[in-house]
Amino acid sequence: MAAKTLFEKVWEQHIVVEPAGEPALIYVDLQLVHEVTSPQAFDGLRLAGRPLRHPERHIATVDHNVPTTSAQDRLVIVDQVSAAQVNALRKNCAEFGIEFFDVQDASQGIVHMIGPELGATKPGMTIVCGDSHTSTHGAFGALAIGIGTSEVEHVMATQTLPQSRPKTFLINVEGELPFGVTAKDIILDIIGRIGTDGATGCVIEYAGSAIRALSMEGRMTICNMSIEAGARAGMIAPDETTFAYVKGRRFAPKGEQWDAAVAHWKTLPTDAGAIYDRELHIDATTLAPAVTWGTSPGMTTTIDASVPTLDDAKSDADRKSYERAFEYMDLKPGTPMEEIRIDTVFLGSCTNGRIEDLRAAAAVVKGHHVAKKVRAMVVPGSQAVKRQAEQEGLDEVFKTAGFEWREPGCSMCLGMNPDILQPGERCASTSNRNFEGRQGRGGRTHLVSPEMAAAAAIAGHFTDIRKWRDIAPTLATEQILVEGGSRS
Amino acid sequence: MIPINVLTSTAVPLPLPNIDTDQILPKQFLKRIERTGYGDFLFFNWRYNLDMPEHMEPNAEFVLSNPEYKGSKILIAGKNFACGSSREHAAWAISQYGFLAVIAPSFADIFFSNAGKNGIILVRLSEEDVETLVQRSTANPHHVITINLEAQTVTDDQGFSASFEIDPFRKYCLLNGLDDIGLTLRHVDSIDTFESKHGGDFWIAPKT
Repeated sequence: MAAKTLFEKVWEQHIVVEPAGEPALIYVDLQLVHEVTSPQAFDGLRLAGRPLRHPERHIATVDHNVPTTSAQDRLVIVDQVSAAQVNALRKNCAEFGIEFFDVQDASQGIVHMIGPELGATKPGMTIVCGDSHTSTHGAFGALAIGIGTSEVEHVMATQTLPQSRPKTFLINVEGELPFGVTAKDIILDIIGRIGTDGATGCVIEYAGSAIRALSMEGRMTICNMSIEAGARAGMIAPDETTFAYVKGRRFAPKGEQWDAAVAHWKTLPTDAGAIYDRELHIDATTLAPAVTWGTSPGMTTTIDASVPTLDDAKSDADRKSYERAFEYMDLKPGTPMEEIRIDTVFLGSCTNGRIEDLRAAAAVVKGHHVAKKVRAMVVPGSQAVKRQAEQEGLDEVFKTAGFEWREPGCSMCLGMNPDILQPGERCASTSNRNFEGRQGRGGRTHLVSPEMAAAAAIAGHFTDIRKWRDIAPTLATEQILVEGGSRS
Repeated sequence: MIPINVLTSTAVPLPLPNIDTDQILPKQFLKRIERTGYGDFLFFNWRYNLDMPEHMEPNAEFVLSNPEYKGSKILIAGKNFACGSSREHAAWAISQYGFLAVIAPSFADIFFSNAGKNGIILVRLSEEDVETLVQRSTANPHHVITINLEAQTVTDDQGFSASFEIDPFRKYCLLNGLDDIGLTLRHVDSIDTFESKHGGDFWIAPKT
């Protein structure tokens, strides 16, 4: 048998039929559902009189629209349009028999947080969701694809998805990450190198010692942002770190089934000698903390560098984008990144709203206070993360330092709820997109790691976390001693 | 979906690379539960005056505000068009505004799929060809372009002629206005067979 990649194995195990001249029909093991991209899909089923084929292969929650201010604000949503969308999902889940985790359910959270937390996300599965950050679940060695609403309806009706076969793209990150450099910095570096269309039409497999050394949470951060490089999906081979994370979770196999499942999962990693369509090799030891300067995740640099100049643009199209970005971001070319002052800090999202992210940020914040005039907020990605953080006393660390401590949801990552930037406000954000207006019309977003966001909150401007080794001596040890593998 | 073959229209030039779906349809309009009515909000943040967004006062600088482009059915954009969020609302906004085709050097994957589901023709041309069409449509808003899906060509009356690639199955669906779910349900026996073989595989079951 020919040597196969992880992607090829999962793909081939899910082909229902490959009609000549048509895309392959791929079986979908799990569809995650949220309030924004589903109402029109449910309506489509009703209009056509079609049943939802497998309710048990669907899980739903509310995340994009829910206020994060207080439990009360979530139970009675003031914004009537948001409330109608949340209510529509409640009603649709009841009508079609889908398990639904409502606003104050103990398992509620951002849809890409709760799949892994519940143990619904497992190696070798095919997972879809009407959300581009579905790529997150690829961290488990699942093939996880973000889709549009017509496709959501298609999966509801048929439990399958027509897909043209993507190309394979190996990104190998080798070596030990330097102090202060995280999974977020790896993925921002990759997007900066290959661009926001660098992996269009591809499924990326992240491999190499730097990836294997990451915890599941770090791996999720990397796979989460695969879409920002244009990839159809990102994947990481399952290993002992993966199994340890899944084991014992609510929807994980138990007993003999667990052993059989692990045996199957161990067959999934790429065979020696398998060939990828493309490869990129990165030396992890050369990486530095990343900060985006512009209005696309590809417009990224390192904290010790400066805002680029027009001379750095590689093409006329790039030059046009740069000029527009300088104006929108109100930045002078050549300004050192460390001199850029911020108004707001957002710590959260499906990219960096997990417990390890909060632990890392808390370690930086402890004993310090948020800079004058800076508004800083922590929004746990899920109820489970919020509970865990409160048990560890992280909420007190943040509150003492002047951060707001919020309820779980997408919050300021996309500003579909009351958490938005005002025009002209500049934000250090742990989220995934710095597009114009993403966090609020006229708002200016810089993407960074949780550690870098925390340090910026205290300094009032971007600052190099690597200089904080002495100021935050707990950082190095607390980060490494995390259950399920080192964070780095 | 309405079948489409030959499209002759003026074109709106928007020659920026990496136009993301947050620009095509900003998030505040994703709260709606309807599938229609998105055309008015297309490129909302660029199209309306930033100081008075709630009054929807047109931004005179933006190309869609130019009355000379009114009724145009083709949009011309830069590379990696519609990257970012998976929102199909972006495709709905483009289609409901009245565009039936987008010409660009490249498109983001999810949008590519969403556009197909909404009968929007996506035409990939070289950067040079796109630039030529941008220049002609910018210089003359009444410049007419013809997209022939059957022949896979783009032409104009000034001698421009380029052919484009399109997946044969996608072309077939566009030409015939075919509904995807209906197409897949032709294979319902294969789905049943797959499920009887693998439905019990607990390692791919979401819940055990």
